[in-house]
Amino acid sequence: MLKVTDLSVSYNKINAVRNASFEVNSGEIVSLIGSNGAGKTTTLKTISGLLKAKSGSIQYNGEELLGRSPSRIVRDGIVHVPEGRQVFDKLTVRENLDMGGYTVRDRRQIEDAMEYVFTLFPRLKERQSQLAGSLSGGEQQMLAIGRALISGPQLLLLDEPSLGLAPLVVEKVFDVIRNLKKEGKTILLVEQNAADSLAISDRAYIMASGEIVLSGTGSEVASDNDVRNIYLGGEESWSSLLEN
Amino acid sequence: MVFFVGELISALKLGSIYALVAIGYSIVYSIMGMINFAHGELLMIATYALWVFMNMGIGFWPGSFLAIALTVCAGILIERIAYRPIRNDGESVQIISSLAVSIFLESMCRAIFNASGKALIIPAYFSKTFKILQTNVSVIDLVTFILAIGMTAAVSIFLKKAKIGKAMRAVEDNPTASDLMGIDRDKVIMAAFAIGSLLAAIAGILYSGKYTSFNYDMGFMLGVKAFIAAVLGGLGSIYGAVLGSYLMAVLEVFFAGYLPDSITAYQTVFVFMVLIVVLLVRPEGILGSSVKRS
Repeated sequence: MLKVTDLSVSYNKINAVRNASFEVNSGEIVSLIGSNGAGKTTTLKTISGLLKAKSGSIQYNGEELLGRSPSRIVRDGIVHVPEGRQVFDKLTVRENLDMGGYTVRDRRQIEDAMEYVFTLFPRLKERQSQLAGSLSGGEQQMLAIGRALISGPQLLLLDEPSLGLAPLVVEKVFDVIRNLKKEGKTILLVEQNAADSLAISDRAYIMASGEIVLSGTGSEVASDNDVRNIYLGGEESWSSLLEN
Repeated sequence: MVFFVGELISALKLGSIYALVAIGYSIVYSIMGMINFAHGELLMIATYALWVFMNMGIGFWPGSFLAIALTVCAGILIERIAYRPIRNDGESVQIISSLAVSIFLESMCRAIFNASGKALIIPAYFSKTFKILQTNVSVIDLVTFILAIGMTAAVSIFLKKAKIGKAMRAVEDNPTASDLMGIDRDKVIMAAFAIGSLLAAIAGILYSGKYTSFNYDMGFMLGVKAFIAAVLGGLGSIYGAVLGSYLMAVLEVFFAGYLPDSITAYQTVFVFMVLIVVLLVRPEGILGSSVKRS
């Protein structure tokens, strides 16, 4: 579905992404894992058209995405849920969802999508006339995901959806992502929370200093020694310490 | 008492003109973070356009309609030509560009129509007067007031209900997120300029219709005062712009009305003093939420 080939992106004069290649197949959850500054967010921003690539290509269903405007890319069926949620604080929950459907001409389709989002997140229905800025962090994350669903995307780019949320809420967010997959959505997930995201991923790529350094299925990547040490909190070394 | 009511009514009609102009500053600022110093010139464009149309034999109403449409096109065109190419180049570049547009338009107007004062002949029924608490009020004053309030309400309903209106608020709130929703920022900015130009055109015609003579630089002072009113009320807030406009008109009119003649000549100085005090004490204005976009 999405095929990124030799992508390089400069951001603030730094080569934030270097020759990155990866794929996301239809119906998969694919994780892009790496520490802060590894180039994950830059990669997502380039896919959604916010940043320009220096070289390489991003093919979506066989068509080149590079050079298309963000709004065209939304219409093509890719929606990016940004890091930090970025809901419209001074708009109501309902208005936020409305804006998620900005590219949709058919009012009916927006209403139906809204009902669908309300069944996924009943909380949003209760709070539809409240300002988004007054929601809790978890609710805002639900709103950010719900807002992205209104235009009926095929591919969702989720940037750190669990960031800054309480553990119980994090669990809910990952449940939601699993549900979205069941509903037939394809998901490219960027996370620092490697353990949880690998657990729900079909495949994963590890990114470091702008390069893809490792790839494999979720469990393959999770069982890689380096990954365990660096991204999964070094359980290996702890357990070996405890054994001695 | 009669004098007070008379002064208050003067303030209301002046404030209504300011309000129609100030909303334009506010709307553009809230969406682009830019102060469009050429905004006042739109009053001049509307007035001269109507004057030309009426001299061609077109009646007041169709002429006004055409002049307003032309002014809206001019506003959109100004954004397209002078602001869009430098949209990401910082505030100071934008301010200089808007000043350049302002000077260009005034000079062009002067070159075409020369510097002599002109007058709009508006239909006689506008000058009919009636009495409110023993004070004469003309029909055009009443129309000005009703239009200012009505247009404010119309704009706020538009921002609340219309799809592009909601998108304007979304862009103001979070430009990046609105890009990600596929909101076309060019279109939203165009809408902001169109609304601002529409209101400025109405203000220009009402102002020139009320006062007998106008000139190529009519938009400058009015524009500056409306800008100060918008800052006073809180740039970026529509209600702030309206509140600031009436407040400033009250200050201005009462300054001239109640203080000795020897200092009323300094009315404009007083207006700028108000601006300076506001910027020092409460830079975000009365209803402004916060000063953003450094």
